[in-house]
Amino acid sequence: MQLDDLYRRVIMDHHKNPRNRGTMDEESVTINLNNPTCGDRISLQLQLDGNKVAEAKFSGEGCSISMSSASMMTEAIKGRTLEEAYAMAEKFSALMKGEPVEFEELEDIEALSGVNKFPARIKCATLAWNALRKGVESQSKQEG
Amino acid sequence: MNIEEIRKQFPILQQEVNGHPLVYLDSAATSQKPRSVIEAVKRYYEYDNSNVHRGVHTLGSRATEAYEGARERVARFINSPIAEQIIFTRGTTTALNLVAASYAPSVLKEGDEIVLTPMEHHSNLIPWQQAAKRSGAVLKYIPLQPDGTISLADVEKTVTNRTKIVSVMYVSNVLGVINPIKEITEIAHRNGAVMVVDGAQSTPHMRIDVQALNCDFYALSGHKMCGPTGIGALYGRKSLLEAMEPIEFGGEMIDFVDLYESTWKDIPWRFEAGTPIIAGAVGLAAAIDFLEEIGLDNIDRHEKEMAAYAYSKLSEIDGLMIYGPREGRVGLITFNLDDVHPHDVATVLDSEGIAVRAGHHCCQPLMRWLDVTATARASFYLYNTEQDVDRLAASLLRTKEFFGHAIG
Repeated sequence: MQLDDLYRRVIMDHHKNPRNRGTMDEESVTINLNNPTCGDRISLQLQLDGNKVAEAKFSGEGCSISMSSASMMTEAIKGRTLEEAYAMAEKFSALMKGEPVEFEELEDIEALSGVNKFPARIKCATLAWNALRKGVESQSKQEG
Repeated sequence: MNIEEIRKQFPILQQEVNGHPLVYLDSAATSQKPRSVIEAVKRYYEYDNSNVHRGVHTLGSRATEAYEGARERVARFINSPIAEQIIFTRGTTTALNLVAASYAPSVLKEGDEIVLTPMEHHSNLIPWQQAAKRSGAVLKYIPLQPDGTISLADVEKTVTNRTKIVSVMYVSNVLGVINPIKEITEIAHRNGAVMVVDGAQSTPHMRIDVQALNCDFYALSGHKMCGPTGIGALYGRKSLLEAMEPIEFGGEMIDFVDLYESTWKDIPWRFEAGTPIIAGAVGLAAAIDFLEEIGLDNIDRHEKEMAAYAYSKLSEIDGLMIYGPREGRVGLITFNLDDVHPHDVATVLDSEGIAVRAGHHCCQPLMRWLDVTATARASFYLYNTEQDVDRLAASLLRTKEFFGHAIG
C-alpha cells in the first residue's frame, strides 16, 4: 500500500488551494449532505443558466480526499449541462469501483482513481458527487 | 503481568498489516479475542450445540447449562447477588434500549426529567430522546467542566425531584474520563430517580461492583472485553425488572399462551424472546475467565500506565492536541494533529500497520462541545505495550511531515 497512490500531487494541490470554495448569494440550488459514519459534511451550491451549471461552489468540513474531490468536481461541472454533470457522477462511481473509465473529460479527477485501493476512503471521495447527483435529481423532479 | 505472554494468546496480533507488524490501537471500538474465547465458541458448536430450555435430550441440557452458567459467570463478575438480575442482550445498545423502551414509559409522565451528560455515546442518548418524545418528559444535561469532567455540584443542580431517570456512561469513549458513578447514583436516589450506567467502556478495564455502585441498571458489551460480538448484558435491580413489561415477544419468554392472552416467564427469561445468543454467552463466560485470571486490577493498572506514557509521549509532538483531562483517565487518547483531518491521520498510520479510530466516535454532541467535526483515537488494552505507543508517536511525526510538505 503506497500512500502516494492516494495522496497524489494534484489532490494535495486541490486540498491546499481549493477551487470554488465558498457560498453564493445568487439564487441557486443548495444541497447539504453528511457522511454519517465520520461527520464530514458538504454544502454544494449550483447556479443554473437554463439547463447548464453556470456556477458551482462548495463549503463544508472534511478530509483532504473529500474536500479535494469537491474542489475538482466543481471545476469540472462548470459550463456543463445537468445531464453531462450527472453522467460524470456516474463515471466517478465507476472509477471508485475500480471499473475502467474513459478519463478524457474527467481530467484532474483521474488522480482520485487511487482511492479505490483504500476502501475506507471511497465514501470520502464520493461525498461531493453524491451531493451533485441529489441536486440534479431534484431539478429533474421539478421539471418532470 | 507479562504482556508478551498475553500477546501470544491473541492469534490476530501475530500478523503484518501493510508490511508492518500490526499495532492494534482500536480496542475501545472492539477488543481482540484470545484463543481461549475462540476455542470456547468453537468447542460449543462442535460438542454442545443445541437449543436451550426445551430439549429433553443430553445436548439440550448441556447447552442450557452452558448458557445459564454464563449468566452466573456475568453475575459474579459484576457482583450481582443473583443471576436472575442479568439479562443477556446483543450488547450495551440493546440493553439501554430495553430500559428506555420498557422501564422508562412505566414511570415517565409529562414534565418529568431524564438527566444525561453531553459526553454520552449515541446509544445512551437517542433511546432517551425517543422515550422523552413519547412521554412528554424533558431531557436535561449535566454540563461538562472545561477539561471534560463532571462536577458533583452540577449534578446536584441538574437533578431535581422531577427527575425520574439519570443515565450516564461510566467511562467516556472519547475523553477517557471516569465519571463518579457512585456519587451521581447517590444524588439520583436522594431525588427519587433511578440510576442507569452505560458500562460499555468501563467493564473491560476495571473491577465492577454493581452493589458498591448501588446503581439500578448497568449495561455492558461482550465484544469490548475479549468476548464475541453480538453478546452483552443488562443488570437490573430485581424489583425493577419484575415490574417491567417485555418489549419483544415470542418463543422462550412465555409462561402460558392462549389464543387471546398470554403470560410471561419470570425474570430474566421474559426479556429474552427467541433462541438466545448461546454461543455468544459461552464466549463471554470464557472472556471473563480470561480477564479474571490476569486480574482486573492488573489490567486497570497496566492501562493507566499506558495512558500516562502515551499522554506524555504524544504531548511532545508539536501541534498535537489531546482531548480530556491528563489525570484520572483510562487507556485511551483522543487527539487531533495540526490541521490534518483525522481520516488522513488514520490512513497514514494504517499504511504503517497501526490501527486507530477516526471520526465522531458515535458522540456527535460531544464533538460539537469540543468544537471539532472529528478526532483520531488510540485506545489501549491489556495486550498493548510501550513499543506500540513509540511506533504510534514515530508514525504521527511522519504524518505531520507528510502533510506538512504536502500542504506547505
